[in-house]
Amino acid sequence: MTNSFADFKKAKMIILVGTNMTEAHPVASTFVKDAVLNGAELIVMDPRRTELANMANVHVPLKVGSDVALINALMNVLISENLYDRKYVESCTTGFEELKKKVMEYPPERAAEISGIPADAIRELARRMAAIKPAMLMYTLGITEHICGVNNVMSCANLQMLLGNVGFECGGVNPLRGQNNVQGACDMGALPNVFPGYQRVDNPQAREKFMKAWNVPSLPEKPGMMMPTMMEGLTTGKVKALYVFGENLANTEPDIHHVEHCLQSAEFLVCQDIFPTETTRFAHVLLPAAAWSENDGTFTSSERRVNRVRTASAAPGEAKPNWWIFKELAKRMGQEWTSASAQEIWDNELSVLAPSMAGIKYARLENDGLQWPAPTEDHPGTPTLHRDGKFTGGLGVFKAIDWIPPAEVPDQDYPLVLSTGRRLYHYHTRTQTGRCEGLNDLLSEETADLSAADAADYGIAHGERISVRSRRGEVVVRANVTDAVPPGLVWMAFHFREGCANWLTNPVYDPITQTAEYKACAVQIAKLR
Amino acid sequence: MSSQTFLLDGKETAFVTGQMILEAARAAGTLIPTLCYLKGETPTGACRVCLVEVAGARSLVAACSTPVTAGMEVRTDSERVLKTRKLIIELLLASGTHDCLVCEKNGDCRLQDLAYACGIQTMKFTPRNAGYPVENENPFIVRDFSRCILCGRCVQACNEVVVNRAISFGYRGSASKIVTGGDRPYHESECVFCGQCVEVCPVGALTEKKARWTGRPWETEKIRTTCPYCGVGCQQWLHVKDGRIGKVTAVEDAEPNQGRLCVKGRFGYDFIYSEERLKTPLIREGEGFREASWDEALDLVAAKFKEIIQKDGPDAIAGVSCARSLNEDSYQMQKFFRAVIGTNNIDHCART
Repeated sequence: MTNSFADFKKAKMIILVGTNMTEAHPVASTFVKDAVLNGAELIVMDPRRTELANMANVHVPLKVGSDVALINALMNVLISENLYDRKYVESCTTGFEELKKKVMEYPPERAAEISGIPADAIRELARRMAAIKPAMLMYTLGITEHICGVNNVMSCANLQMLLGNVGFECGGVNPLRGQNNVQGACDMGALPNVFPGYQRVDNPQAREKFMKAWNVPSLPEKPGMMMPTMMEGLTTGKVKALYVFGENLANTEPDIHHVEHCLQSAEFLVCQDIFPTETTRFAHVLLPAAAWSENDGTFTSSERRVNRVRTASAAPGEAKPNWWIFKELAKRMGQEWTSASAQEIWDNELSVLAPSMAGIKYARLENDGLQWPAPTEDHPGTPTLHRDGKFTGGLGVFKAIDWIPPAEVPDQDYPLVLSTGRRLYHYHTRTQTGRCEGLNDLLSEETADLSAADAADYGIAHGERISVRSRRGEVVVRANVTDAVPPGLVWMAFHFREGCANWLTNPVYDPITQTAEYKACAVQIAKLR
Repeated sequence: MSSQTFLLDGKETAFVTGQMILEAARAAGTLIPTLCYLKGETPTGACRVCLVEVAGARSLVAACSTPVTAGMEVRTDSERVLKTRKLIIELLLASGTHDCLVCEKNGDCRLQDLAYACGIQTMKFTPRNAGYPVENENPFIVRDFSRCILCGRCVQACNEVVVNRAISFGYRGSASKIVTGGDRPYHESECVFCGQCVEVCPVGALTEKKARWTGRPWETEKIRTTCPYCGVGCQQWLHVKDGRIGKVTAVEDAEPNQGRLCVKGRFGYDFIYSEERLKTPLIREGEGFREASWDEALDLVAAKFKEIIQKDGPDAIAGVSCARSLNEDSYQMQKFFRAVIGTNNIDHCART
């Protein structure tokens, strides 16, 4: 996030794109609702009528995968009607002419055909967005989980820069991270192309620095594989061994049949986890880890805030902290690492090596933590990035972007769109929430959410068990007939093994990030005979 | 404007226009007791515990909802105030079942604290019979209406703080009750079990079901930590007795959650005690696994990795780190892959 959660409640206008915060980020959503009660305008762009859409001034039920076309048309109107922030664009950004040329190819009438939002409603929406400053834009996986995920993100940034909303309190472009420490795992360099603190592995100076710090004669310079490439590599033999730490790939990745074939193909699979999972069934070695409340350490939240995690109870049996397991393995492969606690790892290694976190030490994290960048030990942390439109990289860069449809669109055989996401009462594959007393009472099985119109067409009653089938697989689940879902769409989650949406989802990826298109594939539904 | 003053217990005290007596007094270090007051939200003046005496006023006024004016003379400790406060507490004590000995809230109850502070020694009035039965059917929240003092904090929290709009005041007069739509039990209502009502309940009317009999407040240690679920990073208090978490509450005034949690953050902690936890290293044997020592398991992984590096090169090994675990764990894993194995084949579910 460029901004902070503290901004939500104070915001004057909030634009939500592809984010169902009340279920996926419930506490964040309460601050959005507070803002609405305080008089803020709320615009919700989402195919589904989510809880927050019910509170919105405008709900924009765009078709799945039409985001770029719609945002381009909004920018077309902002430029055509001279409603954009000309001063901001001139002084803080670059690439406007290319952007203008591109969005002129997207008049509202064209976007209306693609998105299903009438041209006049698009014009009205653009004018509304330009009327209040600053506006705060939040997005989640509705934006990123497409083959054009990167382009969707760029489009959100384009829109906010054109409106002159980036670099101010209660403005910005704010992706809410799905997992507690997905931000932190990125910051720590658990990515194939960067060391901790986003220092590129193909930069010789960076390698030199880490070689010295880690006391090794060389470090690999070629960026590594992303997860989908690793999985494919298992089937081709390019990857012999896979080490899976705390992920349940067999349920979370698209097309479970294929994923399990990949895992099955591993010559050697190490899993490190707190529970046996669908993934650990394929392991050759299974290492028991200490869990959340059995460790001291840190998580980094969506707002770049490094927060402390503290030990409250002992790990069961022989389970050990994860950092200890890696240290022991390093020792057995010939390297003695000196840091012997999470605090030593952070204070003596990470914060020394990652300039944006150099000022963050455990002693400073006692209460509300700190938001990076915090380059020095007297730096108070950074609640708002790109302050006053002065971008970290110099100028904000507009990107001219074309719309492309999802990889798999409905046809005669598979006439409905399947889109997926998360539900309130469970978390991911229920490794944890499925083992908490009470949560299964509130939600005990997966459903296929569909519109009353489609239910009527197929003669399906609410609560009836139906088949949902894609080119990859089939599940049998109960139908949940709801007015939150528009005709033509089926919506499901991936919390339950039985009825998991990932038996159906399409393993196609954004070419840059290799994020899978979980949000769009084609399915057919049928009554059970 | 900031130079405006009023007289607080005879002392000239500064206030800001629009400030209520309660807030101005708190800012000046005078604590007027409250029950229904919910910081940051519209005062309701429901409980009358914060009554103070204002010179010239016809009757005592509620400090939470009376704005200060310049020159106002306020007494928070006059005999009349203290006597009235005591009477209000005595009436509240008789309004339902307040048998602290068997109440989950014992030791952490505002009513109990106020009864003690007012020096109440006997029950002045005969307690009213419990009107509505206890609601105990849902998995997380016990609603004991006999202990409810109708202060309305839960209603405010639900409607104004988290804006779930699941509860409100229902019925009238002595039949008053906090109700969901249609007065259905929580699990059949709009309630989403965020537990904010429990968080703000000053008495034992709303308590965490899973926390019952897991420890009295004076026996438990409060440990601050960060929620393990979504990316918001809510700050939690773990209430721990003998190394076991009995309940989770939100840290007040903390960034980012400001005293709020959701259903998973508040009630989704006990997976750590599941009997299904992995407790020992396991090595594959045929279709199943056998238990192994750490030495054996780690030696096997190291040997296998060395063999693959030798045969196929370091890029034949790949790793997926965990977006749920600690920063320090991910740091160690990428260091292991880069510095020990010699590959950049390290990723996690960064983009999903």
